[in-house]
Amino acid sequence: MNKRTNLRAKLISSPYIVWSVLFIVAPLIFVVYYAFTDNTGAFSLLSIQALPKYIPTFLRSIWFGIVATIICLIIAYPLAYIISKKTDKVQRTMILLVMLPMWMSFLIRTYSWMAILQDTGIINSFLMKIGLPPVHMINTGGAVILGMVYNFLPYMIMPIYSVMAKMDLSMIEACQDLGGNGLTVVRRCILPLSMPGIVSGITMVFVPSVSTFYISQKLGGGSFDLIGDVIERQFQQSYNYNLGAAISLVLMVLILASMAVMNHFSEEGEMVI
Amino acid sequence: MKALSKIYTVLVFIFLYAPIAVLIVYSFNASTSTVVFSGFSLQWYKSLIHASATLKSVRNTIILAVTSSVLATVIGTAAAVGLEKYKKSAFRSSIMAVTNIPMMNPEIVTGISMMLLFVFIGRIIHSDSVLGFGTLLIAHITFNLPYVILTVLPKLRQTDKNLSEAAQDLGCKPVNAFFKVVLPSIMPAIITGLIMAFTLSLDDFIISYFTGGPGFQTLPIVIYSMTKKRVKPDMYALASLIFVSILILLILYNLVQEKSEEKSNPDKSARR
Amino acid sequence: MKDNAIIELKNVSVSYGDETVLNNLNLTIRDKEFITLLGPSGCGKTTTLRIIAGFIDPDEGEVIFDGKKVNDLPPHKRQVNTIFQKYALFPHLNVYENVAFGLRIKKVKEREIKAKVEEMLELVNLKGFEKRNINSLSGGQQQRVAIARALAVHPRVLLLDEPLGALDLKLRKDMQAELKAIQQRLGITFIYVTHDQEEALSMSDTIVVMDGGVIQQIGTPIEIYNEPQNAFVADFIGESNIVDGVMLDDCLVEFSGSKFVCLDKGFDKNEAVDVVVRPEDVDVVAPESGMLKGVVTSVTFKGVHFEIIVDIGGFKWMIQTTDFHPVDSVIGLYIEPDAIHIMKKSRYSGLYGDYSSFSEEFDELSKPEEEEEE
Repeated sequence: MNKRTNLRAKLISSPYIVWSVLFIVAPLIFVVYYAFTDNTGAFSLLSIQALPKYIPTFLRSIWFGIVATIICLIIAYPLAYIISKKTDKVQRTMILLVMLPMWMSFLIRTYSWMAILQDTGIINSFLMKIGLPPVHMINTGGAVILGMVYNFLPYMIMPIYSVMAKMDLSMIEACQDLGGNGLTVVRRCILPLSMPGIVSGITMVFVPSVSTFYISQKLGGGSFDLIGDVIERQFQQSYNYNLGAAISLVLMVLILASMAVMNHFSEEGEMVI
Repeated sequence: MKALSKIYTVLVFIFLYAPIAVLIVYSFNASTSTVVFSGFSLQWYKSLIHASATLKSVRNTIILAVTSSVLATVIGTAAAVGLEKYKKSAFRSSIMAVTNIPMMNPEIVTGISMMLLFVFIGRIIHSDSVLGFGTLLIAHITFNLPYVILTVLPKLRQTDKNLSEAAQDLGCKPVNAFFKVVLPSIMPAIITGLIMAFTLSLDDFIISYFTGGPGFQTLPIVIYSMTKKRVKPDMYALASLIFVSILILLILYNLVQEKSEEKSNPDKSARR
Repeated sequence: MKDNAIIELKNVSVSYGDETVLNNLNLTIRDKEFITLLGPSGCGKTTTLRIIAGFIDPDEGEVIFDGKKVNDLPPHKRQVNTIFQKYALFPHLNVYENVAFGLRIKKVKEREIKAKVEEMLELVNLKGFEKRNINSLSGGQQQRVAIARALAVHPRVLLLDEPLGALDLKLRKDMQAELKAIQQRLGITFIYVTHDQEEALSMSDTIVVMDGGVIQQIGTPIEIYNEPQNAFVADFIGESNIVDGVMLDDCLVEFSGSKFVCLDKGFDKNEAVDVVVRPEDVDVVAPESGMLKGVVTSVTFKGVHFEIIVDIGGFKWMIQTTDFHPVDSVIGLYIEPDAIHIMKKSRYSGLYGDYSSFSEEFDELSKPEEEEEE
């Protein structure tokens, strides 16, 4: 490459570089800055010291996030496999159907679940009609997890599907050829090969589940506060930016740490999107 | 085994579409209830026409999505073209790491971090109302950029390194060679990036919630404030309309793509 | 300047960081000749080509085109065109538009473009492919489009960067003949880069053998084959037995413990030299009547001949003969004076020309790496 044109080409990435420093890096610095100051801007550890109060909330968020992620994985894995074995045209349609709900406001979809789960809601009216006792579902932890699974399931299906679709059929045949029966083939061949997809699916479901703040308000009835709800309240109700920043900082560190752990599991250490 | 997998697939799709089906059905409900269906009616669709605040927010959402996705596509494509020229170095990998941050970080953290920046700037310029269209635009461009860059960059790597040289060789000035040859050959990826950015921006609630202000409300924000109270079925009607239009758009997009694929690889399309 | 030179490179050097890619290169290319830059990967041949095309500015030295210095002339203003290794066809344009590309830049009239494109597609046997999409063509067809596209703009010089590297053997042979025919018909200069010595020998008027950023030898294919200047050239072009020898006198050399009459003169008395003997120039005779005597260690049937490895005093010779000689048999070798070629010692002495570790698979395996080159 001619050195002059090369330099010119490099220069056109500079608007982005400036942009990313201003609007990606600088905001994160502000999170740190606010976490360690008080509302007058003076250095303070008050917000950090207030954090232990939120440990139960953190733990609940993590627990709900893990449960939702595992359920998503269990539902998504067989489905991704089934889709990947269809003809190309069917695959394309099914993937479209998987993604379509994501294009609708998740607020309305979550709200719609309220109508389904309510004590006088659609499921319970149906149960009563056929003479069964109603089941209390709304405002339970289970409803919150259901909301998470519902909202983030496509994020689990997509990466696993895309890995499986690319998987070489002859590899599976080779595995069968070498004497593997159905289960062995899944365990020794398909599972390891789809690991990158599983890893990125797990992160893509876990991260939004842990940090969500709307689902728990609507389906948990306010009694299952998650960490996202706490952060939201600091910024939109009590205007305690410093505490909000401190909690966010912990959340961010938590997420980055868990991603580092996840990446450790995937051999490539790269995300499949 | 086959029947089992069919039942399984159907069940999962029922799960995915149940709430959507519910809201479409109740958007035709004669009463305000979102539980009891008391008769077919189009009244909520009619009342939508008079919900000027909602319609305004639809317009706002589209304006924001168009401007932010176009700007993100321009800046992001330029970035990808430039970044591709950098050799592997600490500089390049740190830029790529920064690019990944908005995709990895929880949206709420991205949202509040930008809010803190804007509030800080607002304090410096002594303004109470920095949050508005400007800040939303900046926020949306920011979270759209990684998606544009990460779709365009691989396409650039795939294209023949000598393409631009070949054009210059045939008499093109370097700048023209880029616009005549390199840009058209990565156009499919650019368009994919643009569409992705556009839909992300349309759909975004969390980041907009923190970086927007009362002066410029997008549809997701309006929906949010409505769901805080009791939702009236006119919201369901709106959602149904959105769903149907997205469905039509997607089908059209798919048809167009299928057509163009068949055109470009007549022998491959049989296998695909 | 030589009378019909079209391109001259004078003292050209290029380095990337610490790595010297071209070291003080001097090369004159005559108008209308088919010249080949031949060498292993990393020898600087592609860099040389890219300097001529204008894609690389040399750190030092002059690039002269038609008597004028063109160092500062950008690629789009040079009267040379390139066939790229992977063709670099424009994927968003069809065959017709690819070939018409250069003409459109020149703002040629539409009618003339149409005529020219048709003429070019006919030249490369692609008539009727005008509307085809680039991605639907086979490798050989893409190659032809690339040639048509470059020739459509009437270059004075055509640069070809390993153009046949991606094609299979059969197609490569056909394209070699076709390229040579096109060059002769159009009467333009071809500068051809390859690592395939057979390709170079069969197509070129002149071969430039390069290694380590330095020209090792320039000459006609016959000169390069018969009179290699050092062990590198002798080994890279064809098969060679290269042994240490001492020049006792003009036309008298001693190697492998015997004295031989040869045709080379002008060396110092008792100067140490490299002696090259091509495998096909050795006659196998009865042990007692041979000038050298050795034991057969391996025999390979090659169709036209047997390739046998003979151990002579610890040095393994390769010999091609039409008679079968079993392993472990003792044979005599007879070498005519004109079969012996004497070379001055160089930094390549002792590195090549011994067949003790010879294996064909090894030869084959080492080829694919040569594709990648800056």
